[in-house]
Amino acid sequence: MSDASEMTLEQREATIGGIGCARRRKEDVRFIQGKGNYVDDVKLPGQVFGDFVRSPHAHARIKSIDTEKALAVPGVLAVLTANDLKPLNLHWMPTLAGDSQAVLADEKVHFQNQEVAFVIGEDRYAVSDGVQAVEIDYEDLPVLVDPKQALAKDAPVLREDAAAKDDVGQGPRKHPNHIFNWDVGDKGATDKAFAGAAVTVKEDVLYQRVHPCPLEPCGCVASMDKITGELTVYGTFQAPHVVRTIVSLIAGLPEHKIRVIAPDIGGGFGNKVGAYPGYVCSVVGTIVLGRPVKWVENRIDNISTTAFARDYHMTGELAADEDGRITGLRVYVLADHGAFNAHAQPTKWPAGLFSIVTGSYDIPAAHVSVDGVYTNKAPGGVAYRCSFRVTEASYLIERMIDVLAQKVGLDKAEIRARNFIKPEQFPYTSCLGWDYDSGDYPRALAKVLDAVDYKGLREEQAEKRERGELMGIGIATFTEIVGAGPSRNCDILGIGMFDSCEIRVHPTGSAIARLGTKSQGQGHETTYAQIIATELGLPSDDIAVEEGDTDTAPYGLGTYGSRSTPVAGAAAAHAARKIRAKAQKIAAHMLEVAEGDLEWEIDRFKVKGLPEKVATMKQIAFAAYQSLPEGMEPGLEAVNYYDPPNFTYPFGAYLCVVDVDRLTGEVKVRRFYALDDCGTRINPMIIEGQVHGGLTEAFAIAMGQELIFDETGNIQGASLMDYFVPTAVETPVWETGHTVTPSPHHPIGAKGVGESPNVGGVSAFSNAVVDAFAHLDVTHMPMPHTPWRVWKQCEALGIGE
Amino acid sequence: MNKTAVKMTVNGQAVEGQVEPRLLLIHFLRENLGLTGPHVGCETSHCGACTVDLDGTSIKSCTVFAVQAEGASITTIEGMANADGTLSALQEGFMQEHGLQCGFCTPGMIMRAHRLLQENRDPSDDEIRMGLSGNLCRCTGYQNIVKAVRYAADKLNGRQEAAE
Amino acid sequence: MIPGTFEYHRPGSLDEAVTLLTKFGDEGRMIAGGHSLVPMMKLRLAVPEHLIDLGHVESLQGIEITGQSIEIGAMTTQHDLIASDSLVETCPLLREAALTIADPQVRYRGTIGGNVANGDPGNDMPAVMQSLGASYVLHGPSGTRQVAARAFYEAAYFTAREDDEILTAINIPVPAPGHGFAYEKLKRKVGDYAIAAAAVVLTMDGGTCDSAAIALTNVGDTPIHAEAMGESLVGTAVDDGAIAKAVAAAKAAASPAADLRGPRDYRAHAAGVMAGRAIKRALARVKT
Repeated sequence: MSDASEMTLEQREATIGGIGCARRRKEDVRFIQGKGNYVDDVKLPGQVFGDFVRSPHAHARIKSIDTEKALAVPGVLAVLTANDLKPLNLHWMPTLAGDSQAVLADEKVHFQNQEVAFVIGEDRYAVSDGVQAVEIDYEDLPVLVDPKQALAKDAPVLREDAAAKDDVGQGPRKHPNHIFNWDVGDKGATDKAFAGAAVTVKEDVLYQRVHPCPLEPCGCVASMDKITGELTVYGTFQAPHVVRTIVSLIAGLPEHKIRVIAPDIGGGFGNKVGAYPGYVCSVVGTIVLGRPVKWVENRIDNISTTAFARDYHMTGELAADEDGRITGLRVYVLADHGAFNAHAQPTKWPAGLFSIVTGSYDIPAAHVSVDGVYTNKAPGGVAYRCSFRVTEASYLIERMIDVLAQKVGLDKAEIRARNFIKPEQFPYTSCLGWDYDSGDYPRALAKVLDAVDYKGLREEQAEKRERGELMGIGIATFTEIVGAGPSRNCDILGIGMFDSCEIRVHPTGSAIARLGTKSQGQGHETTYAQIIATELGLPSDDIAVEEGDTDTAPYGLGTYGSRSTPVAGAAAAHAARKIRAKAQKIAAHMLEVAEGDLEWEIDRFKVKGLPEKVATMKQIAFAAYQSLPEGMEPGLEAVNYYDPPNFTYPFGAYLCVVDVDRLTGEVKVRRFYALDDCGTRINPMIIEGQVHGGLTEAFAIAMGQELIFDETGNIQGASLMDYFVPTAVETPVWETGHTVTPSPHHPIGAKGVGESPNVGGVSAFSNAVVDAFAHLDVTHMPMPHTPWRVWKQCEALGIGE
Repeated sequence: MNKTAVKMTVNGQAVEGQVEPRLLLIHFLRENLGLTGPHVGCETSHCGACTVDLDGTSIKSCTVFAVQAEGASITTIEGMANADGTLSALQEGFMQEHGLQCGFCTPGMIMRAHRLLQENRDPSDDEIRMGLSGNLCRCTGYQNIVKAVRYAADKLNGRQEAAE
Repeated sequence: MIPGTFEYHRPGSLDEAVTLLTKFGDEGRMIAGGHSLVPMMKLRLAVPEHLIDLGHVESLQGIEITGQSIEIGAMTTQHDLIASDSLVETCPLLREAALTIADPQVRYRGTIGGNVANGDPGNDMPAVMQSLGASYVLHGPSGTRQVAARAFYEAAYFTAREDDEILTAINIPVPAPGHGFAYEKLKRKVGDYAIAAAAVVLTMDGGTCDSAAIALTNVGDTPIHAEAMGESLVGTAVDDGAIAKAVAAAKAAASPAADLRGPRDYRAHAAGVMAGRAIKRALARVKT
């Protein structure tokens, strides 16, 4: 019936280019020719530029702001301050965590580089001159940098606006600088496990404050059409629909009059989830001036003000029997949230999904308590290439199990094998309440140990130790929790964390799919098309994927926390299945048989027992617009809003080998093997690319990234001169492997992979560095493992000279 | 404000403009000429996203004033395709070897790799890594970028069959 | 990050450049490669009213090697140094050091003159020049003079150059054939300034060291050339004992500030380690 019928099954599969195929990326064609369209490339007629005057002080009262000289600068059109925003009630904005954040500093500044005034001018040159010309008089206030001092009786009160409140969005608090306490697990059972334990270990583990630092900084262009009253905002938004809702709520504009467009995004890694003062000021600017206003932050602004990550001061304790079997886990966390609680988590989860801290291990009792506090640092607390606080949790348990191994004298691979949740225990409910969907941890670890000749490496290490050389082997066997999330326990500002896909099949058999997520480099245009191709039997080449325009895409919660494939990918499969169900009815009509007589094969329905009687999806598509069964609506399209029944639990086993130069403190990563199990693999090429990238970010975090503040709250090294982003020279060569344990509850069995390498990677690097010193009774070394810190350890051991 | 006349050749076309002396070359290219392929990533000459080719050298156009490029011949990513409009070996290599993800570093990366291959037709992997060490990428971990440059070198050296 | 406004000047000759420099005084700044100055201007830490671009002064370009002397024009780029075969043959230390500076793009713009003249203690070439016994040619309204690299640096960003002088060239005595050399630089990543670095040039006569010069980068206000470091090697076989003395001298000479690269003790220690490694590598390279 068609030329396709001449092809073999394999050829037809290849033509479809569906799930499992390493097809090249559709989006690359524009990027490799310089035709990407990032926010700073947007140029609207009459567009002007805005930028901030920022505070040089970390904590100070604003005594006066004089904008007169700035307004006299040629090309400067307006200068906004908190007082200008007050009549609009826009000088403060709600955060995703239920707190408030100053849009422009209102009477007080709370962190260095905080936004104080917004200068709008004809171009960025005029604006820069205007920013220089704004005169602000400050009165210094005592600065609080160390979160450990935040709850002291005599600590300076940072948030005077909130001092009298019993609750700043996340439950009761006990001090003006206290934000929340979050307590989970069975304290009694945990205490009991510790009381009777043969072995206990305890370690203070700081996961330092870092920044996601995507190569493209944050920015937006806001444009108000005064005639129609419609506001369009282009921006670096990982979650454009959420931004639309927030803009509607805080600006008081009806949501249908707001169009949010996320164009191409130059990497996000969590940095582009939040709502920033720059967005609000651009919106106000365009409303005031009637001209489009662009704001694009520079790198220093980016690192010092928009959405840091981590800053978890953790204390971990493990109880175990004499064989190293864990019987209890106790964790206390002091979380430094900066000046405003603007972390990006599902709203009900003040510490995100941190209670995944039992990791890959069958731990009978655990208790976790987290206190969040204010300090004079930038707000944030986003998930930097990980699901919410999962990398902090994973880092803690992966460090602690090594500490325990050293205490009981067990090999670090063996202790993991001994404590793993066993394959037959899945689905598994952890003592902290998570329902792990699927996993096979022993197989993954065994495969890695085999691939690297683990025994041989340990022998080499022993020989080197004899000679006084430092070699470390780090293992991480992590489990993530991603794909937020089931609306029964996940929402953002009350909106359930579902996601969506709408597919339209055109008469000639090509299609367009629109989704509620937004790629920042993950290759959604390619992978979603592959899912739909397999489900619909149309070539992925012929399926356009569109995201990021709230006027056209169905509502979704965006891309972060590895949620695109688990949630929107499932929506894509379900929407495609709806279309296929209708297509089956049309096919039955075309072939004049009953629906039940048809069976599906790659790209067509065929009549059972009559293999030559077929209707291809391409033919059905045309028929859907022309010759339908009696009473059927024309067209071939569907939409699905997918509320996941559960999270997915990707896992992996990583192994890292390092050599340490004890005289310089330099750590050289000799080998890194990463095995990931993300369930069904949609595009192996893209998966491998995600793993390479995530490992490189993990390497940067473990080895060098840190936001440092001096005692007066000055941020140190907030440019790429100092903030560690490794080049091709420092970056190790990566080896990858995989196992496949599909998710039983996901329509195609996929779990998500983008963040696994960061979650597992950081622990593997850090464990390797500490392991190099394990024979010298070192149990923990603080990240990042920069040369000077490692050398200090050598010096303390008397081996640094 | 005093403006200065500048003339240069960009992607084979003679261009001119009246510019403030402080106008950075990256802004001349992006704002005045509408060539938005080169990007601004760090502004302190570390990230290399703004890399263009200037008189046979690769430079970071965020750290050069447009007036300093008077009389120069500049190539940006927009001028990198072959004369017949087909992709150059490097562009093809980046696509075939998955040498990009978000694409923000890609124009600078390709421009730098282009000059590297002009100076060293057959670099080793280590030489490629050194050669690209002025360009930061946050997505790929560089491994596939190295492969992409290797792909182009192989193709330019006649060691490779045409890509499928 | 946008620079303040300035007037731009493009002198075609050295005299023209000196005239402009004299005329504008404090309000004028020379720009060579610009990769130190332009970022400072973008941060508005430097706000010159007049920018004098030396890029079109032809007499400042080029490398000339005569019998006993190497003369390098101030506007010669780091890339030019790396690419010059004759220079690599005569004085290979320059290529080795240049390759540790910044990154490929910056080396196409960054000049040797800018690197040695601006007095930034993080710059690599000053210590290299001190180890080579180079001198700088300074041209001003009252003529031309030469100042030894070892006497040029007074404090961070303060040098023996007068405000109306231009550093036009660097003279390096051709190192003895078969000399040993090395530049060891410890850094966090490509593009970074040194945690500590050491340049070593030495010659051996039979099994005995008959000359040695060591200079350190970024472990003080200025590059550090300590006579004691080199002298502790002269007359020895450059054995472990002699190297240990030189390393101790290097550590003693270093007085680094604490910065994000590490605390003072670490950076001074690192200076010693770099000196020791540079000596060993230089020794291994000696050809007799």
